[in-house]
Amino acid sequence: MANVVCLRCRECKREFPVEPGNVCDFCFGPLEVVYDYSAIKKIISREKIEAGPFNLWRYQDLLPVDAANAIDINAGFTPLIRSKGLAEYLGLKELYIKNDSVNPSYSFKDRVVAVASTKAIEFGFDTLACASTGNLACSVAAHAARAGVKSFVFIPHDLEKEKVVGAAVYGPTLIAVRGSYDDVNRVCSEVADQHHWAFVNINMRPFYSEGSKTLGYEVVEQLGWRIPDHAVVPAASGSLFVKIWKGLHELNQLDLAGDVKTKMHLVQAEGCSPIVQAYQSGVTHVKPTKPNTVAKSLGIGNPADGFYSLQVMKNSKGSAVSAPEDEIAEGMKLLAQTEGIFTETAGGVVISGLRKLVRDGRIKPDDCTVVYITGNGYKTHQVVEDVVNPIEIAPSIDAFEEALATRVGV
Amino acid sequence: MKKVKFTFPTDLIKEPLIYLLSQKFKLITNIRRADVRPDVGWVVLEIEGTDEEIELGLDWIGSQGVRVDPVGGDIIEG
Repeated sequence: MANVVCLRCRECKREFPVEPGNVCDFCFGPLEVVYDYSAIKKIISREKIEAGPFNLWRYQDLLPVDAANAIDINAGFTPLIRSKGLAEYLGLKELYIKNDSVNPSYSFKDRVVAVASTKAIEFGFDTLACASTGNLACSVAAHAARAGVKSFVFIPHDLEKEKVVGAAVYGPTLIAVRGSYDDVNRVCSEVADQHHWAFVNINMRPFYSEGSKTLGYEVVEQLGWRIPDHAVVPAASGSLFVKIWKGLHELNQLDLAGDVKTKMHLVQAEGCSPIVQAYQSGVTHVKPTKPNTVAKSLGIGNPADGFYSLQVMKNSKGSAVSAPEDEIAEGMKLLAQTEGIFTETAGGVVISGLRKLVRDGRIKPDDCTVVYITGNGYKTHQVVEDVVNPIEIAPSIDAFEEALATRVGV
Repeated sequence: MKKVKFTFPTDLIKEPLIYLLSQKFKLITNIRRADVRPDVGWVVLEIEGTDEEIELGLDWIGSQGVRVDPVGGDIIEG
């Protein structure tokens, strides 16, 4: 925390004290945490990081909170797996899968919420809140339980029960808002204005989003402090994409890693792809859209970091691709059946996007490529229920042998 | 007071809708940032007035075809 200087507007560059809030008072641009990198450089080293805890708090010098008081459910430092089956299928020699689906509440949101909730308690808030259709709700409720504070989770009233069980079990107050997706957005914006609560992705957003940087740091450390050639990242608001890029640059700036030559590739589902559409049209303005995708965790029609994502693509010589809706389940199955990793729909989107990037020649066979898997398949298992097709037999060995010969072909 | 973002589709770029918003309703509009192009435009602004008048005004401009969003982007996340 001593390493944080101020908050700064990403648009007009005005500086503000470190307080709750997400937009600049002057131009309403988004605020970002500013660090004193020269001070950090004096205290950080690869050895110090490697000696740290096996979670995201090993990067505490690069986070805007006091880690001594961390709300810690052990998020982060998830496996980076060298791919065999999927790499062979795609013809890639060096493909890695960053499996962030094994975080404590089963998605990468634990990283951002860990930082946001720690900051919220530092600020003296006694209530955490969010509006979510899944992963964020689970993480906020889990962190609130750990911190011993109240939590409010806003959901659309027609959200399927099974999607909120993973959040409800931690004991938040669930508020089901009757109305459209836009109605939920509007109401939550008003609630956030009127209640002194820590809305993790509203008034805590500058701190919340910093948690995503750790997905950049970890990959580099797990590659032996090597910067990958490509990063393939799913996008909803685009914040994760932008912050991974920021994380890579911070490591370089602090002499912890070499030059950043990573090409950043952003993937969205076709049914909600405003950033991809802007990239393909060659414009810098992201036109809001109404989400209509099976990948609900990526369903943000008006992405806060859309413009900044486009800048990252341009600066990194990366690209953006969309996954056809009918390829998302296929991507989930492909990852499960080649690597033994069961991802949610967002992971299916990423795998579909990776295939396209390889097919189009944007990722070459010898390139070091990292794909980010951000959520767990058990959250969206309905999408691949068609894999359940058991061979039903009578309870006898003869029936089994017959089925083996006639239906399995063994 | 409310901070909002208006996104205008191509066919509404030439319409003086923000002017009309302040004429039809008891609202003061204060533009903070904008990007208006031939095909699409957005404006980030502050609106002052009573809660009721702001709600009526935003409903009206939405009914004209302008998309109204919170300034920080969508709040609901997956």
